[in-house]
Amino acid sequence: MLKLLKYALYDILKSRFAIIYTAFLILVAVSIYQVSDDLSKVSLSLMNVMIMVVPLISAVFATTHFYNNLEFIELMLAQPVKRSQVFLSQLFAVIFMLSLSLLLGFGLPMLLWGADSSLITLLAVGMILSAVFTGFAFLASVLTRDKARAIGISLALWIYFSLVYDGLVLYIIYSFADYPLEKATLGLVMLNPVDLGRILMLMQLDISALMGYTGAFFKQFFSSGIGMLVILMVLSIWLVVPIGLSGRVFKKKDF
Amino acid sequence: MKRTIVLFFCSILWLISTQVGFADVIRIASGQSIQEAVDRALPGDTLRVSAGTYPQSGIVIRKPLVLIGEDYPVLDGEMKGNILVIAAENVTIQGFKIINTGKSNMDDSAAIKFFDSKNCVIKDNILENAFFGLHFSNSSGMTISGNQIHSDALREFEVGNGIHLWKCKDSFITNNQISGHRDGIYLEFVTNTEAAENLVQKNMRYGLHFMFSHDNSYIRNTFKNNGAGVAVMYTKNVMMKENRFEENWGSSAYGILLKDISDSEIVGNIFLKNTIGIYMEGSSRIEFTGNTFQQNGWALKLMASCDQNTFKANNFTQNTFDMSSNGSVVLNTITENYWDKYEGYDLNKDLIGDVPYRPINLYSVIVEKIPAAVMLWRSFMVTLLDRMEKILPTMTPDQMIDQSPKMKPYDFG
Repeated sequence: MLKLLKYALYDILKSRFAIIYTAFLILVAVSIYQVSDDLSKVSLSLMNVMIMVVPLISAVFATTHFYNNLEFIELMLAQPVKRSQVFLSQLFAVIFMLSLSLLLGFGLPMLLWGADSSLITLLAVGMILSAVFTGFAFLASVLTRDKARAIGISLALWIYFSLVYDGLVLYIIYSFADYPLEKATLGLVMLNPVDLGRILMLMQLDISALMGYTGAFFKQFFSSGIGMLVILMVLSIWLVVPIGLSGRVFKKKDF
Repeated sequence: MKRTIVLFFCSILWLISTQVGFADVIRIASGQSIQEAVDRALPGDTLRVSAGTYPQSGIVIRKPLVLIGEDYPVLDGEMKGNILVIAAENVTIQGFKIINTGKSNMDDSAAIKFFDSKNCVIKDNILENAFFGLHFSNSSGMTISGNQIHSDALREFEVGNGIHLWKCKDSFITNNQISGHRDGIYLEFVTNTEAAENLVQKNMRYGLHFMFSHDNSYIRNTFKNNGAGVAVMYTKNVMMKENRFEENWGSSAYGILLKDISDSEIVGNIFLKNTIGIYMEGSSRIEFTGNTFQQNGWALKLMASCDQNTFKANNFTQNTFDMSSNGSVVLNTITENYWDKYEGYDLNKDLIGDVPYRPINLYSVIVEKIPAAVMLWRSFMVTLLDRMEKILPTMTPDQMIDQSPKMKPYDFG
């Protein structure tokens, strides 16, 4: 397993993509740090970039990586190793690389110019989103035989979760404005990993506004650790389910 | 004859001495009755109460006396009615620890209750577990300073106000610490009074609550984490200066709620981490200058019923929403503020932005209508909508503009 992981990682580093991605993130972070005058503004701008870019890159890169390594995967499957190990080594390699890039790309400027709790949360959210969207991408990859179609599915998922879903929720909220919607909105938000990551950030940046929610339930939910715990739990479901599904398909897949 | 003359002079001397103030000092030790000592004392006497516990309540004082507690003697009301009831002039109460009043809304049980009094001093007392802390009615010239008033009540209806003034005037409320009561400081029909440097926190309802209380000033107080912040109503000529309003969180919690306030000044205050920094309705001719609004959910909620208010030279930083309103009519002036969300430019380098700033964004209008929508704030979709609205304003009131936004924040020190 470790050996497989090692080869997968070598392979990723050889593709130079990791370096370009890291460099891009560093560039973004440095320029934002230079322009903004306080940390909360930095975390705001970084969040705006991150919530769009990280899922996109994760989805596209993970899909291409899977197909680029298809021959290697097939070769490995011919060897006496477990299928799940082949699958997981590829998956973990991608997640590891994406997280490391993010950690370096955003983390180094933070080390240099300082960070606060919201920026640390940002890093964590970024890494979770990378993992979640890698899971989606692998699911798309094992479900199809065609690279283009897999990328298409990954992109569609990205567009859906980053853009369309929020529009839908906004539409629903607007249509049912006469009803108490607090719990419904919170429930709807749980159905989208990107939104969950965003809420984690809101709890850092806009806690005062979130407290405007009516009812003691929300006050407790947002101000104590409960909210964070629930969100992290739901996020881990979002992480485990696609990976589990794709692992299952991978095991029975006829290459 | 001679004897009568001597007696006459003696009595005159005695009279003079009591009048001029060769006042006696009466000591009260633990176990003695304070009420008896008070009854025995002559006007102007000083009663020094030694340390110890005095399980006595309903002590009535009707003459000028100075009561001084040594090492905080404890007056324990044993949950019965008022503890000290005072209707006199020139009474001083200092250095007592007064605990356990009755809990009744029928007689408004209080640790110290003043009626029709003048020029009294209530200083450096510790009040614990009182229903009302200090309760004043129809009094004037009160000095209330350095008291620590704390209650452990769990629910709003189980407790009265910390410092309660009704129909009073010319008083000072300074350096008190009030926590756990219903309203921290409550003023009704109180005029010419100054509240300064009080620390009012964690009260059930409002930190400061006043109505019909004209010509008062509030300086360097801290109102923190009270159930619903500060609410002031139906008053004119209020001066609020250099106060801090912090961490008032909740669906109807405000840094300060201004309802029907007019001709007032709100200067140099700090509004930090409130759900709503300032909420105002029906208010007119208030000048807001030099205030700092930081990390609030909404810095300002300015209802359309307000007119002729001026917001000049304030700092707005890190607020989720800078402003919201419920209408499109704008009768207020907003100018020369610093907004950290301002994205304009300054070509002529006069430190004033060349394009106006719109403090109300689309999404704050939506959230005003549908509070639940705040959950989608900062999502890409919402950011996109906001951008579009900025280019082509349709829903936001186009009159609500800061024509000369500052490029750099003010330094208020």
